[in-house]
Amino acid sequence: MTEQEYRKPIPEPVPETQFYWDKVREHELWIQKCNECSHVFFYPRLHCPQCTSDNVEPMQASGKGSLYTYMINQRPPPGWEADAPYAIAIIQLEEGPRMMSNIVGIENTPENLVLDMPLEVVFDDVLPDVTIPKWKPA
Amino acid sequence: MSLRYKVGIVGAAESTELGTLPDQSQTQLHVDSAVNAMKDAGIDKTQIDGIASTLNPSILANYFGIVPKWVDNTSLGGTSFLIHVRHAAAAIASGLATTVLITHGESGRSRVGVAGGRGSQRDNSYPGQFESIYGVFGPTTQFGMGVLRYLKETGTTMEQLASVAVAQRKWSNKVPRAKFGDLITTDDVFESRMICYPFNLLMCCLVTDGGGALILTSADRVGDFKTNPCYIMGTGESVETSIVSQMYDMTSSAAFRTASSSAFAEAKVSHDDIDHLMIYDAFAHLPIYGLEDLGFVGRGEAGAFIEAGNTSPGGKLPMNTNGGGLSYTHTGMYGMFAIQEAVRQIRGEAAHQVDGVKTSFVQGVGGMFMAAGSLIFTNEPPHD
Repeated sequence: MTEQEYRKPIPEPVPETQFYWDKVREHELWIQKCNECSHVFFYPRLHCPQCTSDNVEPMQASGKGSLYTYMINQRPPPGWEADAPYAIAIIQLEEGPRMMSNIVGIENTPENLVLDMPLEVVFDDVLPDVTIPKWKPA
Repeated sequence: MSLRYKVGIVGAAESTELGTLPDQSQTQLHVDSAVNAMKDAGIDKTQIDGIASTLNPSILANYFGIVPKWVDNTSLGGTSFLIHVRHAAAAIASGLATTVLITHGESGRSRVGVAGGRGSQRDNSYPGQFESIYGVFGPTTQFGMGVLRYLKETGTTMEQLASVAVAQRKWSNKVPRAKFGDLITTDDVFESRMICYPFNLLMCCLVTDGGGALILTSADRVGDFKTNPCYIMGTGESVETSIVSQMYDMTSSAAFRTASSSAFAEAKVSHDDIDHLMIYDAFAHLPIYGLEDLGFVGRGEAGAFIEAGNTSPGGKLPMNTNGGGLSYTHTGMYGMFAIQEAVRQIRGEAAHQVDGVKTSFVQGVGGMFMAAGSLIFTNEPPHD
């Protein structure tokens, strides 16, 4: 699909998030850990949100998580008509941090989406240069 | 009282580099400067309890893992920072904060990480990279994100969630200016159109047009005015996060807890002293989160408390007595209307007046649990 045809929002990296998006493009999920206090965190930052140290480094996440919570949108914005109704979900990564995403591989209904169900990350190459991480039942 | 000799600057630093910095986002220029200032002052983030910036302070707060009790986002161009210093000085002199961080950061030349990106579809903000891409579209798709987790953790039922809307119609039923005053049942709530599960239409606030304004002055002048007195006893404010997915606990608002604690401490009143309550109800779960985060009920008790009629007419804690954002009006930023109803109740002039109101608590929310404000009003004359 070309960018003209793809009407959904497209994430644009900034320098401190570039590593995350580069790895997502390679179909890997990378978060960060602090070498001072061992805190593991997401979204990408240059400092640890627990101790402010800049001695932080990227680490690959296991790609495993669980469903922390979600909503199911019935009124799609432009570009999302074919997906509706779709869940917007919060995934609890095995390592601790939480991230927002979508759930694929299962119809998004309250009956199917059970809190704490195990999930694993998948990667959707939505455009030639854009990949978005999503999650499917494990 | 003036600010003369009340406040000093103990940390001051610029960003590590100046010039042409294509490898640093605008947010990082704020952050880098902040870290340098903390090092200059010899403090760590745990001592910072106030944040002022032209950047949304919730972005800085969440980045550093701080839940501040004072914030300022005054954005008036290049002089903003001088005004931040003045506002921060007034806050420190009044005891609203002790140690305030003020930041500037601007990718004025390289435009890295500045709103507007390469095209309107590509967005480099935190929402743009971590939320919008998943189909988020307005408050209805974000604000209630924690509700299913809250229901699971507390055992609160969907019926109790729906009872919030039912209770508030009992108030708006006698408020001529309310958009909706018909009494409803929880069945009516569940039969209303599904907007974004688990929210049916009647669990969502209205969308209306309108406005409100206030005039304030010093307490010693209140008696010179013809209006019934309304004194400010307590205040609070806080921020948590600019993106809902990064709330520390999605079943509770850190900003609600911090702002309301400040207000109670300042007012020197207890929960039992509050005889009227307004909790900004953009959606039906806000009064539930609010009752618990403000400390009126224990964890998980708010749904049953509302369902049993305690916040309805005749109940022991009248709440959202204009019908709230769910029934009275909701322009998009409803907080002013919560204040207006509290002032009317304190003055004894509300359409659905509660007998004998002396002290009112108003809780506001901003964004998706991004920010909170708390106010406590009274009509009792000044006393210790």
